[in-house]
Amino acid sequence: MAMLKRILLAEDNENDLELTLTALAEHNLANEVVVVRDGAEAWDFLCHKGSFADRNGGNPAVVLLDLKMPKVDGLELLRRMREDSRFKAVPVVVLTSSREESDIVQSYRLGVNAFVVKPVAFDEFVGAVKNLGLFWAVLNEPPPDRLSASTPA
Amino acid sequence: MRTPRTTIGRKLVTAMMLTSTAVLVLAGVVFVAHDFAISRRAMVQALVTRAHILAANSTAALAFQNPDDATQVLHALGTDPTMTAAALYDGQGQPFATYPASAKPGTVPARPMATGYRFERSRLAVSEPIVEEGRRLGTIYLESDLRVLDQRLKADAIVVLIAVFGSITLAFALASWLQRGIAHPILALAEVARTVSEGKDYSVRSRAVGDDEVGVLSEAFDQMLGEIQRRESEIRLLNADLERRVNERTAELEASNKELEAFSYSVSHDLRAPLRHIDGFVELLTKHAFASLDEKAQGHLTKISAAAKQMGALIDDLLAFSRVGRTEMRKTSVNLASMTADVIQELRDDAKGRLVEWKVEELPTVQGDPSMLRLVLVNLLANALKYSGPTKEARIEVGARAQNGEIVVSVRDNGVGFDPAYAHKLFGVFQRLHASKEFEGTGIGLANVRRIVNRHGGRTWAEGAIQQGATFYFSLPR
Repeated sequence: MAMLKRILLAEDNENDLELTLTALAEHNLANEVVVVRDGAEAWDFLCHKGSFADRNGGNPAVVLLDLKMPKVDGLELLRRMREDSRFKAVPVVVLTSSREESDIVQSYRLGVNAFVVKPVAFDEFVGAVKNLGLFWAVLNEPPPDRLSASTPA
Repeated sequence: MRTPRTTIGRKLVTAMMLTSTAVLVLAGVVFVAHDFAISRRAMVQALVTRAHILAANSTAALAFQNPDDATQVLHALGTDPTMTAAALYDGQGQPFATYPASAKPGTVPARPMATGYRFERSRLAVSEPIVEEGRRLGTIYLESDLRVLDQRLKADAIVVLIAVFGSITLAFALASWLQRGIAHPILALAEVARTVSEGKDYSVRSRAVGDDEVGVLSEAFDQMLGEIQRRESEIRLLNADLERRVNERTAELEASNKELEAFSYSVSHDLRAPLRHIDGFVELLTKHAFASLDEKAQGHLTKISAAAKQMGALIDDLLAFSRVGRTEMRKTSVNLASMTADVIQELRDDAKGRLVEWKVEELPTVQGDPSMLRLVLVNLLANALKYSGPTKEARIEVGARAQNGEIVVSVRDNGVGFDPAYAHKLFGVFQRLHASKEFEGTGIGLANVRRIVNRHGGRTWAEGAIQQGATFYFSLPR
């Protein structure tokens, strides 16, 4: 297996978090997952700010984003990332309970890379999370940090 | 409003002028004719009198057979230029003396004319007997031209013409002045009518006064305008009120629509999450502790999981149903025949291992939203397939017919059917006539069918009996 790249998981719900991490762990994908509980924290992580001021490394390989979060919600974080040249190229996958067309349309308009509705049945949910993790954290080649660094904000 | 070609004033003047002119001319003609007749009689009278006088003066000359004396008597006529000729005849009717004395033969008649007078073309001739003491001495003949009569006639004509022209001038002036009294109120009324019809201004009034029909007309017109104005303002008030109410309702509707959207969003997002968690943790529990549980507890876990999944399905269906009601319709031509063939092709997988006879009649092309109509066909055909499951040889027929300006599509199966007493419940949301153990499903399919068909302006209904199959119909306006 290729080297596992870092996943940023933005999820405020305790249960969802546990289930997602469980699903990832079942497929050995959980070791490099950074968990943030809202959009503001995710932004801090991306910008090396606040509690993440001393963190190592560059951008995550993928951001798994819940839409409904306190403070800064998923769509707002997505908008900020796409407006910032440092994070413009970072893959973002929306992982949400919402099947609302307006959410889907809005997300793609803001430049999301994928939109996944969490299935109710746990086995399907596990399958979905596994596929996501495998694809984005293993198979997909993320944009080099240089791409972002060469165009500073 | 068109512009009149003439004016009522002009018409009135013309009528008055024609009347007065005709009357004047007729009076003139009568006057001239009457005067002419009188003048003629006077002229005859004068000539006869003159003949009598001459006759009296010439009795001696006749009695003594003295033509010179007689010529002398006639010569006196020379003072009157209108006298053109005269003659005296003796008792035997032979000419005795003439005037003028040297008259050419033929100027006077060779024989005496019969007693009396005679008008000829341009002269008046009079013949009178000369009688003395009962003895006829001879005859006198006088001839005068009609100069006097002509002059009289000319003078009359001039008088009449002057009178006629003078009267016509006076009549014109009078008529022009008098017509105002009649025409002005009518003109004022016409002006008001023009203002009303061109400016749609019902507040103007003719205010024309008069004791005649025009006055009555003006008054009626003003009353009518008042009534129109009153009704117009009433209508305007009603319209304004209506508009205000429509706006209010629209705002209310928009607000409740927004609420509904927020609700369905919340259902979509917030209700699904706990379900997912229930199912997830049950699954994890099953994985870790299933073996250590007794059979009853294991059964409970399975039921919790199934219930969570069922509720997830219900929520998804409810959302789909709400979407069917909210989504904008995109109407286009839909070929029902090819759509039905597609749907049947998709359903064949579900019918694997079953004996199903599909019979599709000729289907028309209709106007509608393709994805919605497809949902209708999928629901009806899948239902037919589902409820004919227990039938050994299932037969599903799709047909269409035109009827009362509608296209009625029917889907018939020979499955388990339904109790017609509950037919009205078939199309309700989450209404089911069969236990979910028997036939799976949430009970949203026919509610979606009804909602879609209603949005297309059509109707839905069903016929059936227990164990005798069911026929579902939907109609679409042509």
